[in-house]
Amino acid sequence: MSEYLNIDNIVCGYGKEFNLREVSFSIRQGALAGIIGPNGSGKTTLFKGISGYLPLKSGSIFLNNKNLGKLKLNEKAKRVAVVSQFPDNAAISVEDYVLMGRLPYREQFQFFEPRKDIELAEKYMRLTGIHKHRRKQISQLSGGEKQLAALAQALTQEPELLLLDEPTSHLDITHQVQVLNLIQRLNREMNLTVLMIIHDLNLAAEYCHYLIMMKDGALHTKGSPAEVLNYEIIEQVYDTVVVTQNNPLSGKPAVFLVSEDILNDIKARYGEIKR
Amino acid sequence: MSSKINQIRVQNRYLKWLLFTLVLTVLLVAATLLSLTTGEAKIDLSNLISVLRQQDSIEYYILTQIRIPRILLAFATGGALSLSGALLQGIFRNPLVEPYTLGISGGAALGVAFTIVLGLHLTLGIYILPLSGFIGALLTIFIVGVLGFLRGNSDINKMLLIGVMISFIASSIMMLLMSITTANNLHGIIFWIMGSLDEPNKNLIYTCLAAAIAGLLISYLFARPLNALLLGEEKANYLGINSKATIRILFITSSLLTGICVSVAGVIGFVGLVIPHLIRLLVGSDYRFLIVGSFLGGSIFLILSDVIARTIIAPNELPIGVITGILGGVLFIIILNRMRKKSRHV
Repeated sequence: MSEYLNIDNIVCGYGKEFNLREVSFSIRQGALAGIIGPNGSGKTTLFKGISGYLPLKSGSIFLNNKNLGKLKLNEKAKRVAVVSQFPDNAAISVEDYVLMGRLPYREQFQFFEPRKDIELAEKYMRLTGIHKHRRKQISQLSGGEKQLAALAQALTQEPELLLLDEPTSHLDITHQVQVLNLIQRLNREMNLTVLMIIHDLNLAAEYCHYLIMMKDGALHTKGSPAEVLNYEIIEQVYDTVVVTQNNPLSGKPAVFLVSEDILNDIKARYGEIKR
Repeated sequence: MSSKINQIRVQNRYLKWLLFTLVLTVLLVAATLLSLTTGEAKIDLSNLISVLRQQDSIEYYILTQIRIPRILLAFATGGALSLSGALLQGIFRNPLVEPYTLGISGGAALGVAFTIVLGLHLTLGIYILPLSGFIGALLTIFIVGVLGFLRGNSDINKMLLIGVMISFIASSIMMLLMSITTANNLHGIIFWIMGSLDEPNKNLIYTCLAAAIAGLLISYLFARPLNALLLGEEKANYLGINSKATIRILFITSSLLTGICVSVAGVIGFVGLVIPHLIRLLVGSDYRFLIVGSFLGGSIFLILSDVIARTIIAPNELPIGVITGILGGVLFIIILNRMRKKSRHV
């Protein structure tokens, strides 16, 4: 297998109510890939299948030629780090929280932090900029800071694959861009493979090299942002009229929404919309 | 450079833990000495060793047959209940859980009530009481466990609610038993519920002690998983911790500890709720210290409560549960107030 992360026909889900329908895709090492799709399309189910929280009913996931399903939890945690959608909230200091990223590396009777762990936590707190708040409790941080702390913790795991579930969902545009720029930089400078769920199609287009579009529990389209984010595919998947153009600076596709009034107006003037 | 500072800070924390452990140990020794010397027969601290050499004196008898066994039982049950509280608060991620929330004390009390009402203790000997209490506790653990986590997709909060409901059901059946039984039996049941450290059987005390120490050692192996569980089951899994297994093992450990304590010493409330919170407030919520701190704190608290219980209306003795309830309640309100001031979310 030449690709780095190989998702092969996986099925997982919640009982009989909702299951993925044999999703397959692969990602090369050092890619920054995004999972997009409407609410209820199976993005989070797919994510939890890859992260290992939902057991696979069939199919397999190989990361760097290792079958993730066959690894012990701590071995998996050394290879895959996960940042969940809802920021962690606990009465522990930022530095303790970041240090927890080293848990998978501890031996059974090793109760205290080795020097190396503290140095790594320090390094990644600085890299994410959260070191300024190291003594604060996690619960006292703002949404953006929590996200940075969670990233620092994930990096301290020194993973081969970083999974992010909507890292920008609760943030304003300043912090959205700040967090995504950081992820982009980590991806580029550390050659870290990143797979993230991302709701915002414009941000997905701007930052991701590769997109996986989900619909109704199945993979709909995969490819580069230019391939995936054209208006025909978006309208099929989201059942919404959109206009796409390229961002004049980055050249990446950008998606515009149109209100009902405007659409009706156009229909009244020109008849049914033809592309 | 700055990582060195950080290193020092982490080492400082270990130092702080060591310091607190020492302080608690000193307090424990002080409480033990206080308990040894106070009571109806005053024994001077300076005479303690000479008394222990005179094996035929009445003071020697009081020390070895009455006070030392009580202290050992207070040490074991106080430590075990407080430890159980700390563990349960960790696995349920709920600061209000204590060993009795899950209906374990209710089950134990019900077992004892049945035995007394049926008069089994008159025919089968007095040890049937702790035994039936333990069986009641085991049954409760079994029911909560089976309904809660053995049936696949378990939800930890559902388990908690089941425990609370079992607790209610048990106390209702208790009331039923109490309303139909004789005044003599009623007295026996109430006396047992209120809890007492007066345990004539040394073997039961040693059992408690061994269980408490074993529980402490087992729990400490799970200090890191417990820390990770602060972030929730899912996140702990992503950090390489088997959350489900950790929760099961610690649930069973703390339940068994509580069951053993309740069946020997009766229902002694508030230790498991108040002491872990007090330690959290003072030292923080890292389980690597919290486990040890809670155990020692619970032991000290119960030894001191026992001193109060048996001196405040001497020569009579108050039920230990009364003292821990009042002391614990007041202490808890103070802690809550402090916590709000520190604006911590536990």
